[in-house]
Amino acid sequence: MTDLALELRDVTRVHGSGPTAVTALHRVNLKVAPGRLVAVMGPSGSGKSTLLQLAGGLDTPSEGDVVVEGRRLGDLSRAGLAELRRRSVGYVFQDLNLIPALTAVENVALPRELDGVKLAQAREDAMAALTDIGVADLAKRFPDEMSGGQQQRVAIARALVGPRRLLLADEPTGALDSNTGEAVLRTIRARCDAGAAGVLVTHEARHAAWADEIVFLRDGRVVDETGTLGAPDSLLEGAQ
Amino acid sequence: MSIKYGLLALLEREPMYGYQLRTEFERSTGATWPLNIGQVYTTLSRLHRDGLVAETGEADDQGKVVYQLTDAGRVELERWFTTPVTQDARPRDELAIKIALAVTTPGVDARAVVQAQRTATVRHLQELTRLKTRADDNADTAWLLVLDSMLFRAEAEVRWLDHSETRLARLEPPPAAAPRAPVTPHQQEARR
Repeated sequence: MTDLALELRDVTRVHGSGPTAVTALHRVNLKVAPGRLVAVMGPSGSGKSTLLQLAGGLDTPSEGDVVVEGRRLGDLSRAGLAELRRRSVGYVFQDLNLIPALTAVENVALPRELDGVKLAQAREDAMAALTDIGVADLAKRFPDEMSGGQQQRVAIARALVGPRRLLLADEPTGALDSNTGEAVLRTIRARCDAGAAGVLVTHEARHAAWADEIVFLRDGRVVDETGTLGAPDSLLEGAQ
Repeated sequence: MSIKYGLLALLEREPMYGYQLRTEFERSTGATWPLNIGQVYTTLSRLHRDGLVAETGEADDQGKVVYQLTDAGRVELERWFTTPVTQDARPRDELAIKIALAVTTPGVDARAVVQAQRTATVRHLQELTRLKTRADDNADTAWLLVLDSMLFRAEAEVRWLDHSETRLARLEPPPAAAPRAPVTPHQQEARR
């Protein structure tokens, strides 16, 4: 299924062994196509963040397969996995992780530079990513010169700079007020509408509602999921 | 809330006739509360009887009667805006009653009832969010406020359902009998 950006096939993750073993995820299946945003909801300890770490190759499943853009992560060498993480996957965390000593454009260019792209090209890619997100005017600012919402949007630009088309976001609105959080979600939604694939981990239903599909986890298992929506006008028809 | 206050608020903007009031009411509430023209005229006649609105004495080009707010109507409207809505003015909460009964009715899997409701409510949230993405931030402020209100209410319901599910999970495992939980339209479709 090379047309999927991300697929989890019967993925189980067990921490520890023997009587103290803890199953963080149990036989989870997930498919994310380009242009789609999938939200993962669940209480603390339900396995949301484990799922995201497995999807991004930061952790390895005990059983099952994680497939990113048609490549089974289990088949990749350590170097191959590192390359895939750099080139295919972008992360946005609750902690912004912008480097304080670098400007916005330098922060966004960094993954490209680490990927061996020449400085001028890396800066050009970074400016393109900032422009796409609508924050090109922040390019020369340092993180401490930006609001939380602005920093988070720069972090999204960094996550999607260059050819990376899979966005993994872990509670990206956690520290932000309601309106700023909504602006960040609008940005993620717009990136997915423009062709990126996204997985959004959140415990807030109002944020998950920006996704095309929502998966509910409890104790490491998928207990519920919503499918593709119909036309939104059906809401108003229902009200009448 | 009755239609009464909606019409008084609209007439505070400017004098209007019945059909115009209906159109403006629906525009202000994003068509979430459709009115039929009969309700508008019935309400107008009561407001007129109670001295809260008066005819302007001028009919428009097509002979429609135009109404305006009276001083008494303005006082009534101000009283409404300055009085908080009371919780007990809301109808009985069918969902809370349904879940409570699911817990105490033999053979019903209350957790399945909770899950099915949560799926439905979250889908409702998704639909509201999509309507929001279509709205114009500058032009549709009234509609966006109504949408936000519906979003926050739906979110609160999901939080309460999550809380209920956790509470139920601490109880004994669900009964072995086939659950009698509601099935959402999407689930029905998926099962076909």
